[in-house]
Amino acid sequence: MHRFLITALAGAALMAASATQAAETPEAPAHDWSFTGLFGTYDRDALRRGFQVYKEVCSSCHAMKRVAYRNLGSIGFSGGEIAEIAAEYEVEDGPDEDGEMFFRPARPADRFVSPFENEAAARAANGGAYPLDLSLIVKAREGGADYIRALLVGYRDEPPEGFELNVGMYYNDYFPGHQIAMPAPMVEDQVEYEDGTPATIEQMAEDVTVFMTWAASPEMEARKNMGISVLIFLVVLTGMLYALKRQIWSDVH
Amino acid sequence: MTTRTWNNPIIRWIDYRLPVFSFMDHHLVDYPTPKNLSYWWNFGSLAGITLVIMIATGVFLAMHYTPHVDYAFDSVERIMRDVNYGWLIRYLHMNGASMFFLVVYIHMFRALYYGSYKAPREILWIVGVLILFAMMATAFVGYVLPWGQMSFWAATVITNLFSAIPLVGESIVTWLWGGFSVDNPTLNRFFSLHYLLPFVIFGLVFVHLWALHVHRSNNPLGIDTKGPQDTIPFHPYYTIKDAFGLGAFMIFYLGFVFFAPDFFGEAINYEPANPLVTPPHIVPEWYFLPYYAILRSIDFDIWFVSAKLIGVIAMFASIAVLFFLPWLDRSPVRSARFRPIYKQFFWIFFLVCILLGVVGKHPPNDPVFGGVEWFQYIHLGKITTAYYFLHFLVIIPLIGWLERPRPLPESISTPVTRRGLAAEGTA
Repeated sequence: MHRFLITALAGAALMAASATQAAETPEAPAHDWSFTGLFGTYDRDALRRGFQVYKEVCSSCHAMKRVAYRNLGSIGFSGGEIAEIAAEYEVEDGPDEDGEMFFRPARPADRFVSPFENEAAARAANGGAYPLDLSLIVKAREGGADYIRALLVGYRDEPPEGFELNVGMYYNDYFPGHQIAMPAPMVEDQVEYEDGTPATIEQMAEDVTVFMTWAASPEMEARKNMGISVLIFLVVLTGMLYALKRQIWSDVH
Repeated sequence: MTTRTWNNPIIRWIDYRLPVFSFMDHHLVDYPTPKNLSYWWNFGSLAGITLVIMIATGVFLAMHYTPHVDYAFDSVERIMRDVNYGWLIRYLHMNGASMFFLVVYIHMFRALYYGSYKAPREILWIVGVLILFAMMATAFVGYVLPWGQMSFWAATVITNLFSAIPLVGESIVTWLWGGFSVDNPTLNRFFSLHYLLPFVIFGLVFVHLWALHVHRSNNPLGIDTKGPQDTIPFHPYYTIKDAFGLGAFMIFYLGFVFFAPDFFGEAINYEPANPLVTPPHIVPEWYFLPYYAILRSIDFDIWFVSAKLIGVIAMFASIAVLFFLPWLDRSPVRSARFRPIYKQFFWIFFLVCILLGVVGKHPPNDPVFGGVEWFQYIHLGKITTAYYFLHFLVIIPLIGWLERPRPLPESISTPVTRRGLAAEGTA
């Protein structure tokens, strides 16, 4: 057994050694989220504010095509509100009986309407850079929500002394290589929160990150809920199986 | 074996014509099993159950999955978001792959420690290695199906390995791809193979069990059973022990499924495949890391043979060498409990396998220890790769020759009853 421990410790030491030297881009600071941990849930107020930030700020460039307007129901929007939000957007439909394509207001069943027709149009409008779809961004990045939040607040007006910034790029503390094509996306009081929360950059970054985390893992609350019941059941069952095993084996030992 | 007579007339009628009930009785109920199996012997049944879970969840995933480059990623996301409990089925399948390898690796290290590959169980062992090969192929093509960034680039890197074959390599790669790059035909055939191979594994598992039931399980002492006093019927003793083990395993497995479903995955695979953008680090799933380390450790040509070809050969040889293990190990003693030297080297080998995994995870030119620039992962990889083969080709044959094993107990029941007698004596 002690040999096994030595093995494990040696492995752990190696991992630790490599983790320290890989820190060229600083690791995003861990943030205190409501959705981490065994019983974590999404903060409904933060989700609502986060959606507002996405809608009023991010969505002018970034699509979120895997989320449907109807999905907003699961974060506390009423049917009426959802229909109203959807109706603000136009989707192409058709062909009609004359064989013509036409535009109609979006319905709750539609997915979030993308700001650009296609990647080429998005690049043309953004100086050649492609604003990524944000549906899965929290799951698609090492560091997840912590990284996304840090990135959103990690801009500097001026790069540090001696850093060569390419034309049209911006300096960000947390982006790998520090050169990012997205300008600092938010300014103080850019949105006016319905619930009166002051819209600082920090606040908006946190809220919109919560919203993007939900967009990437909308099943999380159902998953953890079910997980708790399943694990309680399994622990009890396994405990009983162990007792039974002891009893059945009592005549062998 | 005594043939049971069945009381139920329907069972008797069927069993007379097709003896399924006698078969099950013989192999799952009455089946004489060494009485001293430890919990390390649970992992065989766990592997079998994991295979069934993988096939079951896979069948349901296939009902909703679209094997087309334009729709594959979206169809997986649809499973995650819109299919009822689709996220559960998909996370069970995704984490099930990791669990399958974990369980099988433990199962194999147990066989290595207790000499389960030795006569008369050589074919049992060889079929087991074939199962590992089939699992690796299945896992590889399965990983490509979600068509994320790592799916695409893993497919590109691994299929490109075949281009190292002299003369026909390039043609073979084109043939594997069904075109001139990893594209829709590749995804289509990988889906087809991913549905086929699990049933090949299933067939191999059947052969594995067939071979197992001829000479029956090895045991921690590594000595043959000498009679009924050494064995107990499989049911209820090992059915309950396996059920308990399954419970404990499910807590572990479902803990990941429900609370850390992406723990084993690469974040970048949640970005759709993009042939124009190579991810900064292409790394395989954890269960392939040691082989990947071996592949990358060979960065030198030998005469006219390219480094790439040697690397590919070394990678396949790292598993193929296991086929020859029963003949490389000349020691007549099975269990490492009675092999003081082998036992030490077993743990060194185990450590080397873990280290190979660590090497596979890191870029080759990163230093292993912060501040020691000259010692990079490529160097650790070369040392551990060399040791891996040294273990099988030199160390194991030498130990078999030089080692003086400790005396074996007379029978399985002797040490047990002696301890029992001693306990009685003191009472």
